[in-house]
Amino acid sequence: MTDLPTTTDKKLGLVIDLDTCVGCHACVISCKGWNTENYGAPLSDQRPYGEEPMGTFLNRVHSYEVKAEGQAAQTVHFPKSCLHCENAPCVTVCPTGASYKRKEDGIVLVNEQSCIGCGLCAWACPYGARELDQEEGVMKKCTLCVDRIYNENLPEEDRQPACVRTCPAGARHFGDFADPESNVSILTAERGGMDLMPELDTAPVNKYLPPRLKDSFDDESILAPFLDPVAEETQGFMGWLDKQLSRLPGDTKTQSEDV
Amino acid sequence: MHPAASVIIFTTLSGIGLGMLAWLGIDPTPPTGWAAFWNFLLAFALTVGGLISSTFHLGHPERALKAFTQWRTSWLSREGVCSVAALSVMGLYAAGLVFFAKPIAPLGYIGAGLSLLTVYTTSMIYAQLATIPRWNTPLTSVLYLSLAIAGGALLAGRTGAAMALLLVAAGAQLIWWMKGDTAFADRGSDLGTATGLGDRGEVRSLAHPHTSPNYLMREFVYVVARKHVQKLRIIAMLLMVALPLLILVALPANLFVIALAAASHLAGVATSRWLFFAEAEHTVGIYYGMR
Ligand code: SF4
Ligand code: SF4
Ligand code: SF4
Repeated sequence: MTDLPTTTDKKLGLVIDLDTCVGCHACVISCKGWNTENYGAPLSDQRPYGEEPMGTFLNRVHSYEVKAEGQAAQTVHFPKSCLHCENAPCVTVCPTGASYKRKEDGIVLVNEQSCIGCGLCAWACPYGARELDQEEGVMKKCTLCVDRIYNENLPEEDRQPACVRTCPAGARHFGDFADPESNVSILTAERGGMDLMPELDTAPVNKYLPPRLKDSFDDESILAPFLDPVAEETQGFMGWLDKQLSRLPGDTKTQSEDV
Repeated sequence: MHPAASVIIFTTLSGIGLGMLAWLGIDPTPPTGWAAFWNFLLAFALTVGGLISSTFHLGHPERALKAFTQWRTSWLSREGVCSVAALSVMGLYAAGLVFFAKPIAPLGYIGAGLSLLTVYTTSMIYAQLATIPRWNTPLTSVLYLSLAIAGGALLAGRTGAAMALLLVAAGAQLIWWMKGDTAFADRGSDLGTATGLGDRGEVRSLAHPHTSPNYLMREFVYVVARKHVQKLRIIAMLLMVALPLLILVALPANLFVIALAAASHLAGVATSRWLFFAEAEHTVGIYYGMR
């Protein structure tokens, strides 16, 4: 049913840490792998070795530059997948009931047997989180690895989304936002987790942690005092050696004076 | 947005066909017998032809019946339900006129209402989308309805009404274009809000996630031929309104003249619909540093 549940018992989703993501795209590949080999239609590729290769991906990593006036530019890698919005516009527009949001955990899914491939849900998603598979003609989107997180055939540590399990930087976290004590709720509260395009009122479940502010060249360095020379004037053997060496041509000081 | 031929044909033909059905439904002295047959055949052919064309872009048209189930939330589903209801009621009304020369007036009025309701549901499929600010306004419904009613009047041979209504539609089109040109900026979405990083400085796209265009860019980031927009707007206006008006004013109203005016009008509406899609900017484009 394309009615949205008024509340969901759990709010499963991801926290993505823009501070630690290194833009390696490992999460993209593990997502493509898992979701091609498991639930639903495989994620097809078109002309993979030809001109203009194209394919279906449920997770993509953009790269942005943020530049504040008078500061050094900062690169931010930006993974983007379905945010499992509480107010999901993609669900209500679906004419067939193929798109739905689960009452028990808030995951937004597509029933591929009912999908007519009209594409309207992708039009309604502000984030580009849905892609119509060109081979199968059905809508594909992040399932939050619903076939992993509850899968008792997998070892405990693998019962999380493939992207989270893979991320080498620990930039992705999975959990229940309905529980204020959960890892994701605590991270969101401590680091000021943000919604994407809040002006569109989609109420995304996934949160993004902003990059931590970087040092500036003008800042007082706490290490600088430790780098001061221990002795300004050399004495004894070292002092004698310094003098003798300075007499030889090729000393930087004399050179610069010559020029 | 990618201007898919199937959707342009669909909204153009079924819009005018449903408009014509509405005029036939409220006609106090409707045609009967063969005259009724040809009139209704034209209106049904346009409407049904458009509807069939709209299924061409589906990935799984064989499951189309499922699209009638979600009318409680989905405008696309409502459109399906309304169009079938309108065609059924008008079909009965037409049968009464063609075979029994008997207008069943209540049926005509209900069918006319359902026909216009169908046009409204079509317009709402686009107008509901907050992701496409240019469409996301009640004016989109005004535009679709005014064009359907004006075009329908033309095809139904109501030349007097058609002339007045064409001017109304032209006004709706002009206002829609004007408002549309600032709609995206007015909504305030940009890379700053899209990434949440806007309060730290200027955000710019450094690298796309993929090296060649994907489904999202093909479908949502259509920038080809935007530079011809103003010329195309003028062409659309000329064909849609000016030329039909000129023809109706200058020439005596007979079948051929009306057909000529209608053909020009249809070509104009199709141009306007092409622009409707090609000009529309989706928020997805922001993530690619494009619009
Ligand atoms: S991110 Fe897009 S596809 Fe996912 S729930 Fe939100 S609107 Fe729907
Ligand atoms: S593409 Fe499939 S899931 Fe999306 S709106 Fe159409 S029928 Fe529903
Ligand atoms: S795997 Fe982790 S670090 Fe690599 S792109 Fe994905 S989120 Fe970023």
